[in-house]
Amino acid sequence: MKKIVFGALAAATTAMSPIGAYAQTEVQFWHAFTGRLGELVAAQVEEFNNSQSDYKIVASHKGNYSETLNAGIAAFRAGEQPHILMVFEVGTATMMAAEGAIKPVYEVMAESGAEFDPDAYIGAVKGYYTTTDGQMLSLPFNSSTPVLWVNRDAMEAAGVDPDTDLSTWQNVDEVLGQLKAGGEDCPLVTAWQSWIHVENLSAYHDVPFATQENGFAGLDTELALNGEAQVAHLAKMGEWAKDGEFIYTGRRNEGGANFRSGECALFTESSAGYAGIKDEAEFDFDVRPLPYWEGVGNAPQNTIIGGASLWVMQGHEAEEYKGVGEFLSFLSSTPVQAKWHQDTGYLPITTAAGEATREAGFYEENPGTDVAVKQMTANEPTANSKGIRLGSFDQIRGIIDEELEGVWAGDKTAQEAMDSAKERGDALLRRFEQANK
Amino acid sequence: MEKRVTFRGWLLPLCLIAPQVIISVVFFFYPAGQAIWQSLFIPDPFGLSMQYVGLGNFEYLLSDKFYRASFVTTGVFSVLVTLASMIPALFLAVLADRLIKGSGVYRTLLIWPYAVAPAVAGVLWLFMFNTRVGVVSWYLGQLGYDWNHVLNGSEAMGLVVVASAWGRISYNFLFFFAALQAVPRSVIEAAAIDGARFWRRFFTIVLPLLSPTTFFLLVVNVVYSFFETFGVIHTITSGGPQQSTTILVYKVFADGFVGQDLGSSSAQSVILLVVVGLLTVLQFKFVEKRVHY
Repeated sequence: MKKIVFGALAAATTAMSPIGAYAQTEVQFWHAFTGRLGELVAAQVEEFNNSQSDYKIVASHKGNYSETLNAGIAAFRAGEQPHILMVFEVGTATMMAAEGAIKPVYEVMAESGAEFDPDAYIGAVKGYYTTTDGQMLSLPFNSSTPVLWVNRDAMEAAGVDPDTDLSTWQNVDEVLGQLKAGGEDCPLVTAWQSWIHVENLSAYHDVPFATQENGFAGLDTELALNGEAQVAHLAKMGEWAKDGEFIYTGRRNEGGANFRSGECALFTESSAGYAGIKDEAEFDFDVRPLPYWEGVGNAPQNTIIGGASLWVMQGHEAEEYKGVGEFLSFLSSTPVQAKWHQDTGYLPITTAAGEATREAGFYEENPGTDVAVKQMTANEPTANSKGIRLGSFDQIRGIIDEELEGVWAGDKTAQEAMDSAKERGDALLRRFEQANK
Repeated sequence: MEKRVTFRGWLLPLCLIAPQVIISVVFFFYPAGQAIWQSLFIPDPFGLSMQYVGLGNFEYLLSDKFYRASFVTTGVFSVLVTLASMIPALFLAVLADRLIKGSGVYRTLLIWPYAVAPAVAGVLWLFMFNTRVGVVSWYLGQLGYDWNHVLNGSEAMGLVVVASAWGRISYNFLFFFAALQAVPRSVIEAAAIDGARFWRRFFTIVLPLLSPTTFFLLVVNVVYSFFETFGVIHTITSGGPQQSTTILVYKVFADGFVGQDLGSSSAQSVILLVVVGLLTVLQFKFVEKRVHY
């Protein structure tokens, strides 16, 4: 009944709209970007709309990542879903499991006849959004990976050579002691602790974060984050926290403010932090690859991505899906991608866009901007390093955050905390499995 | 004493109560019924399928020790918020009531914080107590106290209680102030002539006369601390550190809108409904007996 009313309303409004805007097909695109990123998305949409006259993309901001996903879900339940929905990487399993709600990107591209070459995309980026048999389900949009940010001035002030090799945690361990001894109050700070120090740590050392290829191979996955490599790393961080060498500031990217103000020496954060740090930092800084533990697992393997991808929703007309295909193809084109990569600090999604950026001399002018690309693409991703696909992942991250806080506060050992995280996380995974049987 | 109006026929009285009944049905009974119905299922987020699990969601919740711990957290939180919002309000109301000049100005100023939305209040307090850049935490640091609500559970609880109670003080103040104005002067004057000092007059005459208001505020504030404080918690602690500020209503939000687990979230709403219902019944049964109207 509701649908009929809406349909009638829609028909009425279409009929009344001026004929001047001839048969343009509208495509709704819901995203989660505000501020500068929001402007850049608007510019992409405008460029696409001006480049042809058959389709019109209508972009709407729907709040932060979680809110956008919720808006999409609520809209689907009401039968008013957009054509394209931006979903953050932790929502991937939720979207994948909703087979009746989504239309896989490979299918959209095949039907629309738009230009689409799955091999053009960077493996480590598309892997996160691709089935085990290689079919792309959603289009990677903004992807970043964690790196190490270094405040060179702070290093020098504490009497540490700013060019010290920080490629391994063993070296970092030593440097943290020196920084502390040299009077530095905040030697190390981090953003997104679970993403960087548990999820990426696992991938980088090629050890599983969860069974069933980190959830890619099935819903009957269980967490494996209480393994030796993870526990050893977190135990070490717990020691640093106790000695005042690692300062905990919060679950999200609160630490960014401390680093940008010059208060902290080392900062583990997404490569997409570049724009903000470059803007605000009044000190000399470096971007280094994320450190790894020498001799643990197969480190350095490759790190995994964070960010969002674009999902196409079910329930629209074939003509509209054609427009969706054209738009996704446009977003993947080399000039658009190269510009996006350079403007935002996000990774390029295609190899060609990365090369075009290099040829344009961007990496030479902005040293360090290619660290993330190299770190991602150094090795062919393995089952442990192509990504993580877990149901209720946002909540599992919350659990990991809680347990890590227990470690930083000295209430729990790293082993106890990760065992408990596994037990609690597995309970959520079982519920997700049941809900999506 | 009681006034009764007798209507002829049914039409007029039905029309008069209809708006209230309709609002209750649409905004309360229908959603509550939905929640009860949904709590028996595990649905997928998109509403594509539903599995009947009977009381499975409740079993799942009650066997979770973190969920059970959240009852204790909620209890502590509600008691603290209720006390922290009512006692200062009463104190301020008594002071404002004693003013002869300028009480209007004080009254207006004291009511202002009520206009601040809980989430915004949360952000304000968060800024003041930010472990690195907060003004208050800086002063505490000068005094040698290392404030860190990001890792210290009791400090986090203290902060969310203060942030939740702050705006509420204004609301309570308003009611206490009005009630104080209604206390008959003659009774107070008689006691004063008999030699009763201010505090004695306050505890033996004023406070009992305020009891209907106090009781009303008690019920309203408990309900507030159960349901409306989630914005403050969301902005300040997100339920952490560890689980020290995860109250029941925050968990409903987190499971439903972060975890997309609508079955568990509905079951929690039902439990919350029952808890608050029971609490209100208890309050009316035991506390109301001591109220003098």
